[in-house]
Amino acid sequence: MRHAALVLLAATALAGCAASRPPQPAPAPVADTAPTIDRDPYPSTYHAPAADRVALVGATVLTAAGDEIANGTVLMEGGKIAAVGASLAVPDGYRAVDARGKWVTPGVIDAHSHLGAWAQPESVDAHNDVNEMTDPNTAQVWVEHSVWPQDPGFDAAREAGVTAMMILPGSGNLFGGRSVTLKNVPSVTMQGMKFPGAPYGLKIACGENPKRVYGAKGRSPATRMGNVAGYRKAWIDAQDYARRWDKWETAGRTGEAPKRDLQLETLAGVLKGEILVQNHCYRADEMANMIDISREFGFKIRTFHHANEAYKIAPLLAKEDICVATWASWWGYKMEVYDAIEENAALVHAAGGCAIIHSDDPILIQRLNQEAAAALSAAWRAGIRISKADAIRWFTANPAKALGIADRVGTLEPGKNADVVLWSHDPFSIYARAEKVWIDGGIVLDRTDARYRRHSDFLLGQSGETK
Amino acid sequence: MTRRFAALAALLLATPASAETIAIVDARLMTMTGAGEVERGTIVIRDGRIVALGADVAVPSDARVIDGRGGVVTPGFIQADSTLGAVEVSQVPASADRATHSAAISAGFDISLGLNPDSILLPVSRLAGITHAVTTPLYDDRRGRALQFAGQAAVIDLAQRPQMVTRPRAAMVLEMGEGGAERAGGARSSAIVQLRATLADVRHFAAHRAAYDRGEGRPQPLSRVDLEALVPVAQGRMPLIVRVDRASDIREVIALAREEKLRIILDGAEEGGRVADAISAAKVPVILDPLADLPRSFSELGATMENAARLHAAGVTIVIKTGSGVAHRARELRYGAGNAVAWGLPHDAAVAAITINPARVFGVADRIGTLEAGRAADLVLWNGDPLEPLSQPQALFVEGSEKPLTARPLELRDRYMPPLP
Repeated sequence: MRHAALVLLAATALAGCAASRPPQPAPAPVADTAPTIDRDPYPSTYHAPAADRVALVGATVLTAAGDEIANGTVLMEGGKIAAVGASLAVPDGYRAVDARGKWVTPGVIDAHSHLGAWAQPESVDAHNDVNEMTDPNTAQVWVEHSVWPQDPGFDAAREAGVTAMMILPGSGNLFGGRSVTLKNVPSVTMQGMKFPGAPYGLKIACGENPKRVYGAKGRSPATRMGNVAGYRKAWIDAQDYARRWDKWETAGRTGEAPKRDLQLETLAGVLKGEILVQNHCYRADEMANMIDISREFGFKIRTFHHANEAYKIAPLLAKEDICVATWASWWGYKMEVYDAIEENAALVHAAGGCAIIHSDDPILIQRLNQEAAAALSAAWRAGIRISKADAIRWFTANPAKALGIADRVGTLEPGKNADVVLWSHDPFSIYARAEKVWIDGGIVLDRTDARYRRHSDFLLGQSGETK
Repeated sequence: MTRRFAALAALLLATPASAETIAIVDARLMTMTGAGEVERGTIVIRDGRIVALGADVAVPSDARVIDGRGGVVTPGFIQADSTLGAVEVSQVPASADRATHSAAISAGFDISLGLNPDSILLPVSRLAGITHAVTTPLYDDRRGRALQFAGQAAVIDLAQRPQMVTRPRAAMVLEMGEGGAERAGGARSSAIVQLRATLADVRHFAAHRAAYDRGEGRPQPLSRVDLEALVPVAQGRMPLIVRVDRASDIREVIALAREEKLRIILDGAEEGGRVADAISAAKVPVILDPLADLPRSFSELGATMENAARLHAAGVTIVIKTGSGVAHRARELRYGAGNAVAWGLPHDAAVAAITINPARVFGVADRIGTLEAGRAADLVLWNGDPLEPLSQPQALFVEGSEKPLTARPLELRDRYMPPLP
């Protein structure tokens, strides 16, 4: 079968991805100048909210580094976690928050969101910018260019303790485009939310979605084998592209430089290990195929998303060090999710793997803690011993790993960014609500203060009420 | 592990014929009747029927005793606005019988016909304490929004038995608001005008059936099955579920129902809290999703997590659902009720909203929705607060029949789960 899109691609000339940001903006003559490629052309302008020195005192603390600390104290200073422990003394200069009877966890991190790219009101077509379903390979699109920071969904998620998230393009294409990791702070621009230094991801989709979308258009891929042929063709092109640029670089950047190609640049970034593969893939057999493809072309898969059959190959995924971002309760909406079970995350966890509870949904992102509780409950029902101190990792430390930001966020450990949630109850209880939320030590939600509610301009002056 | 052995034991002991005496002891009983809650009570079930319940009930010597210590007994939960029994895999059309796009069958679509008691979704839902569902037609919008009514809902049980329909044709489904406007030509006004005209046609038809069948009388835009199905709606005998969210749409629908003498049930009502007093005064019950807190459309700008609590406080009978046409995700019903509690709804009101309230609203309160002596046992024993995800059912009866707490996903789990240490 003819692969129109990729034939077109191969005919296009090529370019590269070697140099970093130009050291100076001085304009240079266009001709006879070695091209420099800005790998961060839409840089973060995020500034941490004003942080004071805060001591949360008397809470049950789930550090996501393995501990559940009764009567715990968490000290935040300079936007970082300064100390965590039982019955710590509060040093002078700290504002103490009475957290007795409450729980403290790291900020919630969603490994799979479309907030901003498919914004509320989501029934309005003008707000759906998530799926560039015009070609099976749209690795050239960057979802950050679809993000509308005024999406009221960001506010709702923040009020539920979500401090960071990865926004992904949709799954209609084999290659959906680049993801972006955001801090959940109010901002007028996407750049103001962009998580400084977070790596990009590449969305790849397996299975039913791409073959359905393009099969219906009478073009490839129309089958799963068509999907795989599409991936392989693209990686062959990407290898060729990377080779041309490497050759030009090693030849001292002389002679005619290859032409840049945004699509191949992203794929080549994966081959170089700079961009993380975020792979929508449900079935166990398809995940195994994707792992073989990654070996064939020499890249790593960071995370399988949805991955409802991960439990069938949990030891393999643990050995490959591939995270599994999944749900507890979603199943049966299509064939490839017919075998989903509530214990999926628990069985991945029990095999020593990296289990994540994700949302893919603007409602569910507001209760990842409850979805994790349902997954934990299923584990206990099966007799699998997993503590709350471990399960908290499913929506904090483990998604931080999947997003490549675990050195900064995801746990309550000294030196980590102070992304913290104070919960009214045990976060594995249905009755728990986020009462206060800090990002980099700055408070971004305080239930007792209406100023922290509903930042979205869209909601201003509407007849609706605050919740 | 002990939990697994317990589940296995329950499976072995499950007796479809239920010809035995069972006593659930030492549990908190949420009766959902005037008797309220019994802190530490006993329920005696003989041959599938509750024969006694309360704090001071003797355990018959021949009874199989189920230890409910630390647990809670509730009536079986009722999943409103569900498609249970009418779908297997959502995106496999041949496995789904939730909607029609036949122009000749709109109001006449009766979902109680063609249901599947062998659906694997039924035991999955039982694991969440659900014993009944209000299986409700959806609109088939694949060919555009064409049909005025989605059809007629049915109350079903989840016992997986051939006679699964508790009450057929329990309500008619109509979408108004944005969806109704689009179906009627693009404006809310035309949907209202169309509904009035339809009701006039139906009443004319009801009074002139013989003439209609002779091919005389005024021409009718609706098919005969649609007209016939709408007669009890027009006469106020069959409730009309009206899907609507915007506060102004709710007011319009209530006014129209009053004028036309319709019995309506509001469904959705995301801005219901803003007009709670009007809904309460009209004595209109509301089916709502407590988790719907986003402005998903221009009709839902006032959506809030407090909707359930506000409507309840105003005296409105609320029925909690989680999503529309819920089938696979029916397990989340109790979490929706729990979230409503987190946002201000009293706990007993939340349990009522998934038991006695839907039973009353859909006309089956004489059979289900409460724990009462003399009734077929329709109940769940939980090992903790039933609204908490960390609680699980320990025993479950569907109208007299004890059901094993197993389902296909648990069999998949056991096939792939490594031996426990």
